[in-house]
Amino acid sequence: MALRITASCVNCWACAPLCPSDAIRAARPHFQIDPGRCSECAGDYEEAQCASICPIEGAILDACGVPLNPPGSLTGIPPERLAAARAEIQAR
Amino acid sequence: MQPTGLNAKTATMNLTGSRSATTTAGHEKRPELPESIRARVANHPCFSEDAHHHYARIHVAVAPACNIQCHYCNRKYDCSNESRPGVVSELLTPAQAVRKVLAVAEAIPQLSVVGIAGPGDALANPERTFETFRLLREQAPDLRLCVSTNGLALPEWVDELAGDQVEHVTITLNAIDPEIGARIYPWIFWRHRRVRGRRAAEILIEQQLLGLERLVARGALVKVNSVLIPGVNDAHLPEVSRAIRERGAFLHNIMPLIARPEHGTFFGLMGQREPSETELGALRERCAGDMRLMSHCRQCRADAVGLLGEDRGAEFSLERIEQLEIDPVAAMARRAEARAAIEAERARARSAPTVVSVPLSALLTKPRAQAPEPPVRRLAVASRDGRLVDEHFGAVTEFWIYAISAQGASFIERRPIDRYCSGEASCGAGEERLARTLRALADCEAVLCARIGFAPWGALEAAGILPSGEHALEPVESALAAVYAELNAAASGAQAAAALSA
Repeated sequence: MALRITASCVNCWACAPLCPSDAIRAARPHFQIDPGRCSECAGDYEEAQCASICPIEGAILDACGVPLNPPGSLTGIPPERLAAARAEIQAR
Repeated sequence: MQPTGLNAKTATMNLTGSRSATTTAGHEKRPELPESIRARVANHPCFSEDAHHHYARIHVAVAPACNIQCHYCNRKYDCSNESRPGVVSELLTPAQAVRKVLAVAEAIPQLSVVGIAGPGDALANPERTFETFRLLREQAPDLRLCVSTNGLALPEWVDELAGDQVEHVTITLNAIDPEIGARIYPWIFWRHRRVRGRRAAEILIEQQLLGLERLVARGALVKVNSVLIPGVNDAHLPEVSRAIRERGAFLHNIMPLIARPEHGTFFGLMGQREPSETELGALRERCAGDMRLMSHCRQCRADAVGLLGEDRGAEFSLERIEQLEIDPVAAMARRAEARAAIEAERARARSAPTVVSVPLSALLTKPRAQAPEPPVRRLAVASRDGRLVDEHFGAVTEFWIYAISAQGASFIERRPIDRYCSGEASCGAGEERLARTLRALADCEAVLCARIGFAPWGALEAAGILPSGEHALEPVESALAAVYAELNAAASGAQAAAALSA
């Protein structure tokens, strides 16, 4: 069981110091999680720390390849509300 | 160097020849600073309007991580063509940052301030930030250290900041009402969890205000930056201004939102509009009664180098500074000399008469006995240093903005036509640049320049702004007076014509 970082990572460093297993490396072109070390924070925190601070939707996947921060989860605007929210904002 | 003839801070022309005590720039209305504080801001370009003409600063990009998300920020920050907060070219380790500071401090002896302002949050990267400060304290103890933060982690680091003698702190605080905050910050990372919505804003605001109070209690000078977001916090910012004043903040810097789709920020992509110059000016005016305001902010990059409004970062890339021979002790001595020279020059400027009395009455059409007083008008000048009308309209990167009334003229600000873009390549076509210039001048009735092309002339006229190229190479003061008189004469002529036809 390990999390994975995708190519959408922006190398912002937020996740690395939080990892209780020291599993995150500042690799290029983007940060990497060492699958041998990652525990998904089990036993340390209720929520995976890297996924809890990551600013990019879809940049961290669980062991099944599902994004821990799916589209809309970080902007607070789910995809089905996007058009309405845009209209609201443009009316300001 | 600031021109002595027209000192930007006190530029005042007066019809009667006596000096006007107030200007329209909000911060000028506040009582004079106590001497103890004046000394602490005298060479800080971001805390003192006057200092920014003389002293340089460097931001070192050692702090990439952030613990909150703001809707005006895109965390993909590594862009070299844009100039705006949060953008950097290369991330530095503390050791690299110190080397860069020493290289810059040797090349630019006017350097007085080293700041850490991201590209993430300085206090969300405490090891890197404080390691940088510790090394700088050892190797360049004459430089002032300052830090810019969103405030979330601030309360826990106040003692550490005081220990490193970081006396200048800027908190970005956009709301004190969590309902409004929730429309700006979608989430924060707090105690090992991501917190969203109103609760996130509540925690953030609580920490920001607590941090502010603790810093003030420790004697730090705290500036608060607020981003003006139309339809979100515009009506709320006077309340923010009052709240931060009550807690002892020193200066309030209200900055216009930067939001373009090409920046990839939430606000940019969603089409949130930026405020107009008129909105920004009106809001600053409203807050001026409550708080000392800053209006010379250039919203610079998180790795900016040089005087405000210039960025010499490209001269000091990692690759280049590694080849430099640096003698930090000799450089520190040269900085001391440079400072002494600057202060001597400033003292001379202060003791000399700061106002050149221009016989405006000679230039203005004599008002008739009971004629109504002509209104306050805003004029823009294309000038290199504020002394002469000597810049080509198309070459201007910032205009000098003045407010003129029958009582005199006062300098308001140097206004960049584009508040974030520094690379011509990324500025788009000339037409787009012209449109931006027109937006920047929306509150002005005339623009004075040395030369101007045919197309922009027509565009200015169509926008209701009088282009004037007649005063090329004349002193700004007399040129302003002449154009002011021309505008007044045109207005009264139009009134008379209207009266006749009625």
